[in-house]
Amino acid sequence: MNPALATDASYGTVELKIPAKAEWVAVARLAVSAVASRLLFSVDEIEDVKLAIAEACTNCIQHGSGTDQIEITCEALASELIITVRDRGVALHFERVESKAGFGDEHRTEELGVFLIRALMDTVNYIVDQKSGTELVMTKRVSE
Amino acid sequence: MDIKVNVRQSDGDAYVVDLTGEIDVYTSPKVKDAITELIDQQHYNLVINLEKVRYIDSTGLGVLIGGLKRVREHGGSVNLVCTNPQIKKIFDITGLVKIFGIFDDEQGAMKALV
Repeated sequence: MNPALATDASYGTVELKIPAKAEWVAVARLAVSAVASRLLFSVDEIEDVKLAIAEACTNCIQHGSGTDQIEITCEALASELIITVRDRGVALHFERVESKAGFGDEHRTEELGVFLIRALMDTVNYIVDQKSGTELVMTKRVSE
Repeated sequence: MDIKVNVRQSDGDAYVVDLTGEIDVYTSPKVKDAITELIDQQHYNLVINLEKVRYIDSTGLGVLIGGLKRVREHGGSVNLVCTNPQIKKIFDITGLVKIFGIFDDEQGAMKALV
């Protein structure tokens, strides 16, 4: 095992709040990939994180009805990066994407984002609350 | 961050769409507009060159899928030029590698249209 992974010390936590607008997704992408680069991720793994956070933000914008802000928290541990994405909208879209079959059909393209998050991250959990909105927690582990 | 879109006619009736930059929820409408305009002008054989694309997300994939669906309704096709391993990986894990022709160079993509 990589000695740096022997303890699960926290490197730090970064919080970011962006307007729930398409033009701000790139900011979240760059900020989170900068946090990821503080860990011992490979370039490919950083690219995975970059895409996953972008998909999560895009999901908030496209489906989080009524939300005007997206809150992102990155907790960098020695062994993994934990990313939480919150919005105040109520999303109904996370549960149903389990298979990539049929992505060639135009009506399923909106589900591609959720599928990608699940494929690229190690764990993905989400809580949908009718009052407080949607919280997505995803982690990426550092390879040993 | 932006996307540059350049459309040019190649040999025959095929058109090439050169994309440069990043394709995400903000920039993908510009790509969609270019592809839609070509299809509206009844150009149904397209090569989309992703060689200078550094990043693509699900909205970008959605635009490409939408374009492919429309040209196929007219017997046409969309082939992609892509060598970026990260982008190819996205096509692979989503299974889209099976519905698009993905080529290492424009010549191969053009040849496969015919």
